[in-house]
Amino acid sequence: MSISLFLKRVSLIAGTALVSAAALSAQAADPVKVGFVYVGPVGDHGWTYRHDIGRQAIDAALGDKVETSYIESVAEGADAERVIRKLASSGHDLIFTTSFGYMNPTIKVAKDFPDVKFEHATGYKRAENVSTYGARFYEGRAVIGTMAGMMTKTNTIGYIASFPIPEVVRGINAFTIAMRKVNPDAEVKVVWVNSWYDPGKEADAAKALIDQGADIVTQHTDSPAPLQVAEERGVMGFGQASDMIAFAPKAQLTSIIDDWDQYYIDRTQAVLDGTWESQDTWDGIASGMVAFPEYSADVPEDVKAAAEVIREGIVDGTLHPFQGPILDQAGTEILASGEVLDDQALLGMNYYVQGVQGDLPK
Amino acid sequence: MIALQRRASPSRLMGYLAPVLALGCTLVAGLILFALLGVPVGLAFHAYFIEPISSVYGLSELAVKATPLVIIGVALSIGFRAQVWNIGAEGQLILGGITGAAVGLFFYEVDSWYVLPLMILASVLGGMVWAGVPALLKTRLGVNEILTSLMLTYVAALLLSWLVAGPMRDPDGFNFPESRLFHDAALLPRIVDGTRLHLGAVIALGIVVAGWLLLSRTLLGFALRVNGMAPKAGAHAGFSQTRLVWIALLMGGGCAGLAGLFEVAGPIGQLLPSISPGYGFTAIIVAFLGRLHPVGVLVAALIMALSYLGGESAQITLNLPLAVTGVFQGMLLFFLLAADVLINYSFVWTRKATQQVESL
Amino acid sequence: MNETLILTVLTIITAATPLVYAAIGELVVERSGVLNLGVEGMMLSGAVCSFATAHYTGSASLGILAGMLAGMLMALLFAFLTLTLQSSQVATGLALTLFGIGLTALIGQPLVGIAFGGLPSLDVPYLSQLPVVGPLLFSHDILVYGSFALVAAVAWFLNRSRAGLILRSIGDSHDAAHALGLRVIRVRYLATLFGGACAGIGGTYLSMVYTPMWVENMSAGRGWIALALVVFSIWQPGRLLLGAYLFGGISILQLHAQALGINVPAQLMSMLPYVTTILVLVLISRDRGRIQRNAPASIGQSFHPTT
Repeated sequence: MSISLFLKRVSLIAGTALVSAAALSAQAADPVKVGFVYVGPVGDHGWTYRHDIGRQAIDAALGDKVETSYIESVAEGADAERVIRKLASSGHDLIFTTSFGYMNPTIKVAKDFPDVKFEHATGYKRAENVSTYGARFYEGRAVIGTMAGMMTKTNTIGYIASFPIPEVVRGINAFTIAMRKVNPDAEVKVVWVNSWYDPGKEADAAKALIDQGADIVTQHTDSPAPLQVAEERGVMGFGQASDMIAFAPKAQLTSIIDDWDQYYIDRTQAVLDGTWESQDTWDGIASGMVAFPEYSADVPEDVKAAAEVIREGIVDGTLHPFQGPILDQAGTEILASGEVLDDQALLGMNYYVQGVQGDLPK
Repeated sequence: MIALQRRASPSRLMGYLAPVLALGCTLVAGLILFALLGVPVGLAFHAYFIEPISSVYGLSELAVKATPLVIIGVALSIGFRAQVWNIGAEGQLILGGITGAAVGLFFYEVDSWYVLPLMILASVLGGMVWAGVPALLKTRLGVNEILTSLMLTYVAALLLSWLVAGPMRDPDGFNFPESRLFHDAALLPRIVDGTRLHLGAVIALGIVVAGWLLLSRTLLGFALRVNGMAPKAGAHAGFSQTRLVWIALLMGGGCAGLAGLFEVAGPIGQLLPSISPGYGFTAIIVAFLGRLHPVGVLVAALIMALSYLGGESAQITLNLPLAVTGVFQGMLLFFLLAADVLINYSFVWTRKATQQVESL
Repeated sequence: MNETLILTVLTIITAATPLVYAAIGELVVERSGVLNLGVEGMMLSGAVCSFATAHYTGSASLGILAGMLAGMLMALLFAFLTLTLQSSQVATGLALTLFGIGLTALIGQPLVGIAFGGLPSLDVPYLSQLPVVGPLLFSHDILVYGSFALVAAVAWFLNRSRAGLILRSIGDSHDAAHALGLRVIRVRYLATLFGGACAGIGGTYLSMVYTPMWVENMSAGRGWIALALVVFSIWQPGRLLLGAYLFGGISILQLHAQALGINVPAQLMSMLPYVTTILVLVLISRDRGRIQRNAPASIGQSFHPTT
């Protein structure tokens, strides 16, 4: 075809430019180059912000031995593949793609760059040079669910959710199961805002939930807005992704922190040492990937103690947030006593457990 | 005092010189911006303008990125000429993506030549339906199309989000919100091996030619232009205003729908919760940047696409945040848009504001 | 239940106020014959500048002032390009939004993660203590009162004042207005600056009251809604207020409906504000003559006095 001929001709001309660019990058070929693809802006103070903190941790820990770069607000769609390919072809040795929607483009590009290592967050497709990683945030939700169950007076908890995907549903269920264990009368009201990131809408949802009787709100969206509302209305809440105590010094009981620092440092170190291998990491509280700041001073001692029991139980493996018996919304048993849901079942979770009000949007 | 004076006739020379001048101004302003941020200026310009297109792959990606902008931009520019303000092309693109993908998924594993043409047809119809609503409301009830087309964009985005999380979800995808990957017969053929350059790019060029012929060689094109300049004269000449509104919106919707399909069946290869980073809105800028002329739209789309690719390069090579690209892109657009003043006007010195020339 | 109702209304007021500000400004701009699609960019610049000023100086009033000025500065840029240099209004407005998103992200980098106390509510003495009416009418922050006053003032200005008549006639036919000796460009400059100031305050409301913080792109499309609301109002201030509260109201009520456990997919519930706005506009659009009388005829078109 004539277009390809034309392109070949252009590439000859461009070749000279390539040579000079290659000479330029050859000088700096020494440090391991680590690239990050972000789905939001680094200034979102949520999901992407925490990944960028992790990137900075690599810089701090490994100094001259590494060089990191990132591309932010990359739309999940046609752009993702180009951006990942660009990172791979510009000498990056290790590339973290930090959103589920990057799964297929990551796999596609990885095929063409067998020497480059890829790490895809929250997905399920792996390859020789593609690892997957994620955090068991639901473990953290079991801890805060316990606290909420003990501290609620209205027996109504408000849950601000983003999109009805398994990750979010899993969090709602883990929270609810833990809550019902300590308080069988408590119920969870869920409001979906159809956005990861719209402070105004998140605040509105928090207000709606509080107006309908919730005295504790928790969220699976990025901004501190719901906590601010909780502070203003004099109810309690939990932070998301970061410690949000600055936004709600009284209202925040604790927070579930996404802590990617150690994982990112370890994986980069593995590339430095030549020991990197494709693997599937799904870590939780035990490894520190899911972390908590200090409990707020307002949390009573017995609640603190109960939360610690859950936390320690999860860490030493004696307790699993999805331990039977688990009942569905109608009250039918879906998991017998003594059994534990396996990772496969957790990964694709698309139902509510007993204690969640309303129907799961499908 | 400097004042503007209208030229007796538009300057052809300035038509070509203005963009060059604008680029010159952008370079100077960029120089200042990058110097303020402490970024090596040479490297910055290399990252923005040279690096993205210094390989065959880069060039092919430029074409991939520009394709939806060209297709939508040409159609919108024709509508804008007729003073029809369709600013909801983004929603029409999403609808086209949905309907096209639905056909592709319906014929999943059917390995026949007719799958792709049917998908294309469905996407065009989908976009047209979504643009048909504003057309209907405008022609029947006088409801302004700015509001309806814009509001329907949000509705389309939510509809897509619902469909990929529910009815169109990949049955083997662990309930994650995305469709199956299309099978080969539902994917656009690639033109150059090793790149993502797809058939849509060629069709986009065809649309440029068709748009140009329509505007310059047909009675319909003449009617659209007259309606924009002087609706009453158009009505006198027997051109139905209602018909023109319908045509302008359906053309915009159809093309946007087509562009949506080319995204999902081209570089993406499946239906995702978001299939466009705002191409429908960017295409509006592209249409005006191209002076509402199909060939101009083509050039403008390439410039716009380059600025996005350049932004990615600048982030990788210089660690420049995306925000800088936004600022730089804004400046580039401001200069390009402003420089066009020289086509119809010249700057003159006046002692005093006169009645003829209002002072600036 | 009574209390819930009052609280819900308060939430709706908070949701509608930024829309009222941004839209009332744009209404005046459009009435003068200028279409500025850069509302989103102006709102963001108002949001970041007010937040930064309030944070660094500790003064909320200075913050509001800064937000207003930031919006005006962006509007000035738009006005210079479109009114003086005759660039396309539609394209320049869109470019202004792109530019604004980038610029505010750049300025706002050090502000992410910082909390701010928000604006105090101004409780009217005695009256705010009244049951029901007190919290509903007499204990808002100054910007809420301001939004109502502004709408009333704009309505008076457009319909009752000589200057308003001039502005409208320029929007309807700049050539005729020019022939009458009216300063078309000057009036449009002023109108555009006013629009910028209003959008800036709308943004200020977001970062100082609605959710007192700064995060990138926090307006999340509200500038676009404001644009649609101007069309919805058929360029009448009173109906604009109605539109903003209708949109804000439905947005909040659908969240309440979800919390009550209504069995409809959340995405479809989220469509409600948009669909309702279209439907209501269709219902009240029976009177085509009135639409044509109000719609500024020369909207979006460049004007140069020598033509």
